Amino acid sequence: MSDYNRRDFLKSSAALAAFSGVSAAGTLLPAAMARAQGASAKVRVGLMLPYTGTFAQLGVAIENGFRLALAERGGKFGGRELEFFKVDDESDPPKAPENANKLVQRDKVDVVVGTVHSGVAMGMAKVIRESGTLWINPNAGADEVTGVLCAPNIFRTSFSNWQTTHALGKVLKAKGHKNAVFITWKYAAGEQMMAGFKEGFEKEGGKLTKELYLPFPQVEFQALLTEIASIKPDAVVAFFAGGGAAKFLKDYQAAGLKGKIPLYGSGFLTDGVLEAVGDAGEGVETTLHYADGLDTKKDNAFRLAYAKTYKLQPDVYAVQGYDAGQLLAAGLDGVKGNVGDKAGMIKAMEAAKIDSPRGQWTLSKSHNPVQDMYLRKVVGKQNKVMGVAWKALADPARGCKA
Amino acid sequence: MDTAFFFIQLLNGLQYGLLLFLVACGLTLIFGIMGIINLAHGSFYMIGAYIAWSLASMTGNLLLAILLGIPLTVLLGMLLEALLFRHLYARDHLYQVLMTYGLILVFEELRSIVWGDDVHGVAVPGMLSGSIPLTDNLSYPVYRLAISGVCLMLAGGLYWLIQKTRLGMMIRAGSTNREMVQALGINIKLLYTLIFALGVALAAFAGMIAAPVSSVYPNMGAQVLIICFVVVVIGGIGSVWGALLASLLIGLTDTFGKVLLPEYAGVSTYLLMALVLLWRPEGLFKRI
Repeated sequence: MSDYNRRDFLKSSAALAAFSGVSAAGTLLPAAMARAQGASAKVRVGLMLPYTGTFAQLGVAIENGFRLALAERGGKFGGRELEFFKVDDESDPPKAPENANKLVQRDKVDVVVGTVHSGVAMGMAKVIRESGTLWINPNAGADEVTGVLCAPNIFRTSFSNWQTTHALGKVLKAKGHKNAVFITWKYAAGEQMMAGFKEGFEKEGGKLTKELYLPFPQVEFQALLTEIASIKPDAVVAFFAGGGAAKFLKDYQAAGLKGKIPLYGSGFLTDGVLEAVGDAGEGVETTLHYADGLDTKKDNAFRLAYAKTYKLQPDVYAVQGYDAGQLLAAGLDGVKGNVGDKAGMIKAMEAAKIDSPRGQWTLSKSHNPVQDMYLRKVVGKQNKVMGVAWKALADPARGCKA
Repeated sequence: MDTAFFFIQLLNGLQYGLLLFLVACGLTLIFGIMGIINLAHGSFYMIGAYIAWSLASMTGNLLLAILLGIPLTVLLGMLLEALLFRHLYARDHLYQVLMTYGLILVFEELRSIVWGDDVHGVAVPGMLSGSIPLTDNLSYPVYRLAISGVCLMLAGGLYWLIQKTRLGMMIRAGSTNREMVQALGINIKLLYTLIFALGVALAAFAGMIAAPVSSVYPNMGAQVLIICFVVVVIGGIGSVWGALLASLLIGLTDTFGKVLLPEYAGVSTYLLMALVLLWRPEGLFKRI
């Protein structure tokens, strides 16, 4: 202590003061610059997607699609550049409100784009409705998002769970199946898929003989496959996605059921997993709002651009992410980049006619896509389009008071 | 459910239980003999599956991939023991939990960096890819029967190792009194390294042979870890016999739970655990 006298003390405190002064100015500077730039500051986009876990592949595809839409417009929507804030929601519903708050409160984003898992979306909904932030949902199909929980600032560019299985009723009737068994995970999306199918199938005079559930995200199907074999239905309809779908297709084949009882599903059963399952998926028919081989100008251009940019084939998730970008672009174009004019953006987005790789679609009153449901069949590791199962299907938006 | 399907479900439950045993016995050995709670055990299962997938893609043959992969995982186990686990023997269980939890996170990220986040399939080896028809519309995959056979053989091998060999004697002695064993001139450090490597290799091997039936995907380790801990708790910590019995019980409970009580299928195994603990708080069997 004797070496440290008053002169040294003054020197070190001066240095400390100077240092903190510079660093404080340094942190204030970008904010000050942003304020000075005003309208040319970037639009803050929050991406709430699963980057880890069983749906990670889907989260990556959605972001890829979104960024492709941005790149195609020269990196700007409505003349403004975008700044991305990413949160990995891990497909974990209990953490969803906290994760949504990270984007809405901490990062103060202008738009939230997310998510994949329906349970996570439900967790986000409360936060979003309270803050009034614009929300573009590029996948989570929970019926409630554009149903009971609908709101002017909530948009979806994907589907409602009900939509994707409702058309199967007609498909099964046309094939002459009188009864069926539905198997899925016991969580929000699975139950809604089943309800959509049941409604559509029973309207056509079919009977859903048994509803088989598996706790999410278990993939031990053997016991239920044996159960299906003992019931001997005309057809089996399944909803699984990601890793679970791959395993189910393989187990279905290994149990010898593949040739004996025809398998159907919403398209998620066969999307993104055909590489992993070999020939176990061949011949499985599904309904979805997208398919391979649509052979339209827009789809061919999209698939080429996506494959060139990411060295991957696009799937329905990439299309949904791409359309989320297109919808935001429509919104920002409509207000000429003034992201503060939320009402104007909402109006522009509601009126948008999205020229999507899946075909043209518009939004319903509850902000869900009104779109064609294609019938697809797995042929040679592709979900080849066989026809349109239901033209311009709209979700009934039960409970929406918008 | 008629008798034919009852027996098939019985077979399903036993097959699931045997695979579970393979993963869980490594966990119970490490816990019982070395006193280490290894939360990263599920990650070894995942690492085994991913190694099997990449080696099988490279060589085109799953069996060859497994043969190449086992020495790799043994080495990994020995490395981890020497670098990390060795320092925790004398510490409180909480430190072990902290470290192994950190290992889970590290392994998940490494897996994401090295192998990516996609779902992958592994082809069943040609000679085992058939199915045996059991009823007019249900077949049983030969490969699942083969897995059960392998698990049974390994269970027998472990039993022989621990009960009938000198090494097994040292293992059993080391689990009761580590210092005395050292005082008797046995290299307890090497023994522990070997046991840890054995535990890791067993979990990884389980992942390798299960890869064709379960697919290879992120988070597969976490799913199996939780159920492994249930096995260890029911069976009794450190008891291989207990792990076998508990795994079979859980396999049967889970299978029949799904079919008979679908509303409660998710909690059936945990209900079983609660019941067993009420009856026998230390699990079904005490030590090895």
